[in-house]
Amino acid sequence: MKLRQLCYVSAAFLALVSAASPKAARAEETVKIDGSSTVFPIAEAVAEEFQLSKRGGVRVTVGISGTGGGFKRFCRGEVDISNASRPILKEEMAACREAGVKYIELPIAFDALTVVVNPKNTWVKSLTIEDLRKIWEPSAQGRITRWNQVRPEWPAAPLVLFGPGADSGTFDYFTEAVNGKSKASRGDFAASEDDNVIVKGIEGNPNALGYFGYAYYFENKERVRAVPIVNSAGQAVMPSLAAVSDGSYEPLSRPLFIYVSEAAAQRAPVRELIEFFLTEGPALAQEVGHVPLPKTAYRLALQHFKDGKLGTVFGGVPEVGVTIDELLVREGKL
Amino acid sequence: MSGTSMTAPYLDPKHVREGLSRRKLLDQVFVIVGLIVMLACLAILAVLFIDLVIDGSERFSWDFFTNFASRRAERAGILAAWVGTSLIMIVTALCAVPVGVAAAIYLEEYAPKNWFTAIIEINVTNLAGVPSIVYGLLALGLFVYQFNLGQSIAAAGLTLALLILPIVIVATREAIRAVPNAIREAAYGLGATRWEVTKDHVLPYSTGGILTGMILGLSRAIGETAPIITIGALSFIAFLPESPFKSEFPFISFGWLDDPFTAMPIQMFNWVSRPDPAFQANAAAAGAILLGMTLLMNGVAIWIRYRFRKKINW
Repeated sequence: MKLRQLCYVSAAFLALVSAASPKAARAEETVKIDGSSTVFPIAEAVAEEFQLSKRGGVRVTVGISGTGGGFKRFCRGEVDISNASRPILKEEMAACREAGVKYIELPIAFDALTVVVNPKNTWVKSLTIEDLRKIWEPSAQGRITRWNQVRPEWPAAPLVLFGPGADSGTFDYFTEAVNGKSKASRGDFAASEDDNVIVKGIEGNPNALGYFGYAYYFENKERVRAVPIVNSAGQAVMPSLAAVSDGSYEPLSRPLFIYVSEAAAQRAPVRELIEFFLTEGPALAQEVGHVPLPKTAYRLALQHFKDGKLGTVFGGVPEVGVTIDELLVREGKL
Repeated sequence: MSGTSMTAPYLDPKHVREGLSRRKLLDQVFVIVGLIVMLACLAILAVLFIDLVIDGSERFSWDFFTNFASRRAERAGILAAWVGTSLIMIVTALCAVPVGVAAAIYLEEYAPKNWFTAIIEINVTNLAGVPSIVYGLLALGLFVYQFNLGQSIAAAGLTLALLILPIVIVATREAIRAVPNAIREAAYGLGATRWEVTKDHVLPYSTGGILTGMILGLSRAIGETAPIITIGALSFIAFLPESPFKSEFPFISFGWLDDPFTAMPIQMFNWVSRPDPAFQANAAAAGAILLGMTLLMNGVAIWIRYRFRKKINW
C-alpha cells in the first residue's frame, strides 16, 4: 500500500489547487459573453462562426445567467459582453456606475412574443390586448376560467393557460405590455421556465392558450397555432419576420440587446467580434428563429459602436412598443 | 400432571413440521418480493437508458465526441462537455477522497468520545442532506470570489468535492467500524503504534467500503447541475482546457485548473430547453453517454475493490 506517496501527492495537489489564481495572460484572447437565455442562441451562433473565421485565434465563451444575472457579472467587470432581453434597469445602471463600468448598448434583433393555441381551436381568430388583459390580469385569477367569459361568442370550454415562469424576461415583457405592470399576472396557470414544456402542454390540450418567444413558435409551427394580435392601428397581425421588422406586430415585439463594456471594446478581439456580430448577426439571428432588425439599424448600431456612444437610451425604465428607429436616434445615459 | 401432556401441541412433530414449512414459505415469499422490487428498480433504469439510447440513436457517432457545441443539432457534439466533466471529476476525487478518508480515520480511530466529536458527527451526517444549490452558493462566495479561483475547473471540482465529502466520510466510517477490533488489538499487542495500526491494518481492510463511498459520492457529483451553474459553468465553449500533459519538462501542467468549462449535465439542460426539436436527440444521446460514464467509473472502482478484497486473508 503506497499510502505515504498517496498522501504526499494529494497534499501537493491540494496546495496547487488552492494556490492557483486566475492568470491574466490568456484573458486577452478570450472574449466572455454572459446573460439572457433568449439572446443565447444568437450569441452562440455568432461565437461559433466568429471562432471559425479566426481559425482558433480567438476564444469566445457564452454563458446563460439570465438578463439580471448577466448584468450583475457585467457590472463587476467579469464579462466583456452582456446579453439582455430587456434594457438595463436603474439599479443595474447604478451598480455599473459604482464599479466604473461604462457600456455601449447595441440592439441586435427582435423577439416577438407569440400567443399560441392548440391547432384544434377553431374559434379564436384574433386577440386584442384587451382580450389578453381579461385573460391574464391578476384579478382574473380563479374568475376567468371559460373561453366564453372572454368573448361571449366563444364556447363554454375551460380555459387552460400556460406561460413562462416569473424569472423569465418574456414574462416581464408580456405582463408589462398586457397588464401595464411588469410581473403583474394571474398566478393560476401552468408556469415553466422551459418553453418546450409550454409547447407540449398546448399541443396536448385543445382548450389551451399560452405565450412564449417567437423562436419556439418558429420551430414548432405544425404543433401549435399562433394567434394574430390586433395592433394599435386596429389590424390583426400574425407574428412573422415581415410583420415584426416593419413594426406592425406590436406591442408584443421587443428588441434584444447586447451591452459591451467600454474597457473591453478597446481590445482588438472584442472589437472584431462586435463588428462580426453586427454584420453577420442578422442572417444568424434569422437562422435561430429571431427576427433581424432592418439593415439601416445595424449600420447605425455599428456607427454608434465605432464612435463609442456610451449609455442606455432607456434611462433604466422598461418601455413597451418602442420602435427601433426611435431607439437609435435617442441620446444615451450612463 | 401427566407426562404425555408435556409434549403438548408445540412439540408435536407434525405441528413443528407445519410451522417450519409455513415459515420457509414466508421466507420464500420475502425472497420473491425482494427480487421483484430489485428487478423493478433495474427495469426502470433499463427503460430509461434504452429510451435515451433510442431517442439519441441518430447522434451516436465519433463526431459527437469530437465536435464542440453548435447551433446546428447534427453538427453539435459534446467534446467540451465530456472533457470538462472528466477533469472536474478528477479534481473532485483527488480532493474529496483524501480529506474525507482522513476525517473519517480521525473520527473513528483518534478522536476522543466527547460532546465535541458528537457535534461533529451529527453535523457531518446532516451535511449529507444539504441541498446542492447551497454548496453552489457557498462555493460562489468562497472559491470563486474569496480565493479568486474564478469560473474555473478548480472551483467546480472543489465545489463538488465539498458536496460529496459527507458521503465519503460516512461511508469510510462505516467501513472502518467493520474492521474487527481483534485485528487492532493483535497489532497493538505486537507493539504497533496507532498510526501503524491504521495504515497497515485498518485502512487496507476497509478499502472496499471506502471505494463504495467514493462511487456513491462521485456518481452523485457527476450528475449535479445546480452548483456548477451557480459558480458559472458556461453554456457555449468551443475550446478545450490546457492539456495536462506537456511535451517538455516537467511534462505535466496544471494550467487547465484555471480554465473555463462546461459539463455534461449543463450541455444536456441547454439542449433540452432549445426551440429546435432536433436538439432533443442530442440531449438524449448526451444523457446516455453520461450514464455510460457513470457506469464506467463505477466499474473501475468495483474492479479495484475486487483486487483489494482478494488480498485480505484473515
